Amino acid sequence: MKKNLIEVKNLEKYFEISGGLFSRNKSVVKAVDGISFDIPFGSSLGLVGQSGCGKTTTARALSLLDPKTNGNVNFYNEDTSSMQSIDELEGEELKKFRRNIQMIFQDPYESLNPRWNIKDIILEPLNIHNIGDLKDREEAVYEILKTVGLTPPENYMPRFPHELSGGQRQRVSIARTLIMKPKFVVCDEPTSMLDVSIRISIMDLMLNLAKDLEVSYLYITHDLAVARYMCDRIAVMFNGKIVEIAETEELLSNPIHPYTKRLISSIPIPDPSYKRERYELDFTELDSIIKSNSNNEPMVEVKDNHFVATHDIKGIL
Amino acid sequence: MKDQKDISKQIRREALKKNWTLFKQSKLGMIGLYIVIFFFFLSILQPILFATGLWNKGVYDPVVGYSEQFQEFLVVECPTEYPTEKYDSITDCPGRNEINVRTLFYSDAEVGDTIIQNLQPAPPSSKHILGTDSLGRDIFSQIMEGSQVAFILGLLSATLGVGISTLLGTIAAFFGGKVDAYLMRQSDLILMLPTLPLLFIISAFAELQVWHLAVVLGTIGGLGGSVITIKSQALQVKVKPFVDSARITGGSQMNILFSHVLPNVAPLALLFMVFSVTGAIASESVLSFLGLLNIDMSWGLMIYLAQVEGFIFSGMKFWWLILPAGLSVTFLTGGFYLVGRGLDEVFNPRLRNR
Amino acid sequence: MNILEVRNLNMSYKTIDGMVEAVKNVSFSVKEGESFGIVGESGCGKTSVAMSLLQLQADNGEITSGEIIFDGKDIVGLNESELREIRWSGISIVFQGAMNSWNPVVKIGEQIREAIREHYPNKTKDENSKKIIELFDIVGLDQSIMDRFPHELSGGMKQRAVIALALSCDPKLIIADEPTTALDVVIQDQILNEIRKVQQVLGLSLIYISHDIAVIAEMTDNMAVMYAGRIVELGPTKDIFSNPKHAYTKSLLESTPSVVGDKVKLKSLEGEPPSLINKESGCSFAPRCPYREDTCNPSLDMKLVEVGIDHYVDICSAGKSQ
Repeated sequence: MKKNLIEVKNLEKYFEISGGLFSRNKSVVKAVDGISFDIPFGSSLGLVGQSGCGKTTTARALSLLDPKTNGNVNFYNEDTSSMQSIDELEGEELKKFRRNIQMIFQDPYESLNPRWNIKDIILEPLNIHNIGDLKDREEAVYEILKTVGLTPPENYMPRFPHELSGGQRQRVSIARTLIMKPKFVVCDEPTSMLDVSIRISIMDLMLNLAKDLEVSYLYITHDLAVARYMCDRIAVMFNGKIVEIAETEELLSNPIHPYTKRLISSIPIPDPSYKRERYELDFTELDSIIKSNSNNEPMVEVKDNHFVATHDIKGIL
Repeated sequence: MKDQKDISKQIRREALKKNWTLFKQSKLGMIGLYIVIFFFFLSILQPILFATGLWNKGVYDPVVGYSEQFQEFLVVECPTEYPTEKYDSITDCPGRNEINVRTLFYSDAEVGDTIIQNLQPAPPSSKHILGTDSLGRDIFSQIMEGSQVAFILGLLSATLGVGISTLLGTIAAFFGGKVDAYLMRQSDLILMLPTLPLLFIISAFAELQVWHLAVVLGTIGGLGGSVITIKSQALQVKVKPFVDSARITGGSQMNILFSHVLPNVAPLALLFMVFSVTGAIASESVLSFLGLLNIDMSWGLMIYLAQVEGFIFSGMKFWWLILPAGLSVTFLTGGFYLVGRGLDEVFNPRLRNR
Repeated sequence: MNILEVRNLNMSYKTIDGMVEAVKNVSFSVKEGESFGIVGESGCGKTSVAMSLLQLQADNGEITSGEIIFDGKDIVGLNESELREIRWSGISIVFQGAMNSWNPVVKIGEQIREAIREHYPNKTKDENSKKIIELFDIVGLDQSIMDRFPHELSGGMKQRAVIALALSCDPKLIIADEPTTALDVVIQDQILNEIRKVQQVLGLSLIYISHDIAVIAEMTDNMAVMYAGRIVELGPTKDIFSNPKHAYTKSLLESTPSVVGDKVKLKSLEGEPPSLINKESGCSFAPRCPYREDTCNPSLDMKLVEVGIDHYVDICSAGKSQ
């Protein structure tokens, strides 16, 4: 049983929407409404759901970009050999902690500063954290460019982002992200804007690096097929809550929650002779049932490591 | 590794070349650029002419030069009633090369005599292609001097203004909250202020020189509306993923502000700079025209002198005292504006015709 | 009976950098009631083909040669008024991102009525409203949507309204260019279902354009695979999936992950699609072809050769495209 890198308990992120200049009513949007999961060292969790389900908000909260509203997020602290809450981190400690978390973004065209050349972009994390001297840093950039497949590195280092293709830019992002050898990388749909034929090469690169560097991924995507390729476990999100979480093959072969079933059955299959059967589901009904779970009842473990939110499917189990 | 720098430079050079090609496509921009270059050429021409001795400074200096121009005049007496045999209306007497005896105070000349008078302001001639003013100073030299003033003033105040507004706009966007609220209210306040009347008031209290004017214009311009536009641009940059990436990596606020946000706001700031030059030049002309500026020579001053000495109301008789200066102001400000339009097409791809 | 025949279509765009040959020698046909798919990645020319069919290409684009025979008549070279008669009542199109191009200040029903009025100016308002209600029924929208503004509808509803709009003038052929790209997979499934139903109920022909090979597999009877402006493989969908002949088709199939079946190791392509500017003829896929042999000469002329019943592959004269 691997030890946990991250433990998330009842994470909540609410957004207040003021009703206007003269209205006192502030409605609250519960983007993330109490989710819990663990990610062990060197394993990857896929967070799957449709747009608006809260997966990007979760990603931003976990990478410490936006503060969470409530809940516990604990990371493993190597110095103390125990789990430590991120709330306790401030200032210099927080900055040091950031070496362990990185994020790869969806849009290869907007995630690199257009005015910086590739070398500077990849150097930046090393400069911010003052790692080694200038020569060491440049060598590190050189090596990581080789690792991500941008060879020869001399050709790429002086170039600017607009000269590279989408796939090459994502490789630069990956290089920049992994040069610090972080333990945890949040990936926000990094291949959805790339051509289908090169997605696999980027995903394979990420899988190999994960193995070599023992990195854990939180892989956000709306595409279950991609999540299957990349992740050991998958969590399905709907309306700010996790409805089901299980190991990948288990989830795909034995989905229990109606939403998961509906999701899986909606995916088109690249095989003309395959007969796909849609699982019918009334969404408004599901929505109201999930919303009524204000007690934040925890999920139930129905099988080994297979959890389902059951308050909304009483009677099915 | 040294080649890296060269390659980077080369890439930047190529990018500049591409921008230049795009700029060339804009007809308006090119016209503007030619105009600006023309006036720039004028402003450096004058010191060259003096240095090479082609122009005698004693004669051609725009402020203290003096050109003797003498001409023979026939002394006549202008009748009190028109039309007469010789003259149709009051403006025909005295005619060219004639002088009204009543205007001669220091002479014993009588009607019918020919006297020699100092012809100032003198119309254009082979020695002075735009003529001279009432003090015998070469107009063309004055235009060139005015051009120097316009450029220095314009660029100085534009640089100052853009520097201030870029900094403030970026800070407002970046820090938000109270800082943003304060800076926006400050901008609103400045926007409300009428610049010219304000300058009048300032000139009443302190003697304004060109440098002072440049600083005042730059500061007011910098604190005004452009802060808001730059802030909106900075806000767009702030939410881009590469800024998020820098934050996640652990970059400090200052670091991100200066190395990420500011460089991406710079093109817009450059655009503003070009447009604010026009305002500066125009303001200087107005102030000089009203006599509120302590300046030796400028285009506005030329028109001021023409007006104060009564030449403006003589119709086109003394056109060389007014037209060159007026047209210069118009063309140079127009030129800068057109350059700005051309630049806009470079930075704003949507405006381009494919 | 072929409702549409495209023969040797060539279309180029004039840009600062040169002539971009977006569509090169494209030929295919669509029968009445058939669903035809065009699959390819960004820059392959599939959207350009769609635009050419309705002569809606951008101002700097031009059909340089070829025929587009719709319902027996060649529509290349027709003038604007003749084209306007064909657009919408002969061929209509659901654009990429169409759901975002609704006029935000006009009600949905009114916008559809506008389209109908263009083609049937003599119909009364009641007749038009009745028609719209029928269309909404087919695509699964409640009739109250007619009086709503676009911002009141969800993405799925807007897209269904777009389909209703495309059907409003009883076209014989609909072109759907990535109609579900921005939608969630569950909504996409519903929309695809509606499209299939519409097609069967009204007996329409459909050209479905997408980069998603799984959708093409489920939605189409025949398909074309495009790369760098050319059709590289053409034929019945089932045949192409079970027996792909062109190296690019094989690569596409091998790089698509699936949620069913065994988890297989997938293969990816290196490099990127070639530039379409001032291209010479020859095999444009050669630089990236994983099956390339030493004897392969990329500058040889390419043409479509029949390899199975109605199944064609773009092969160079040396005959190597296995």
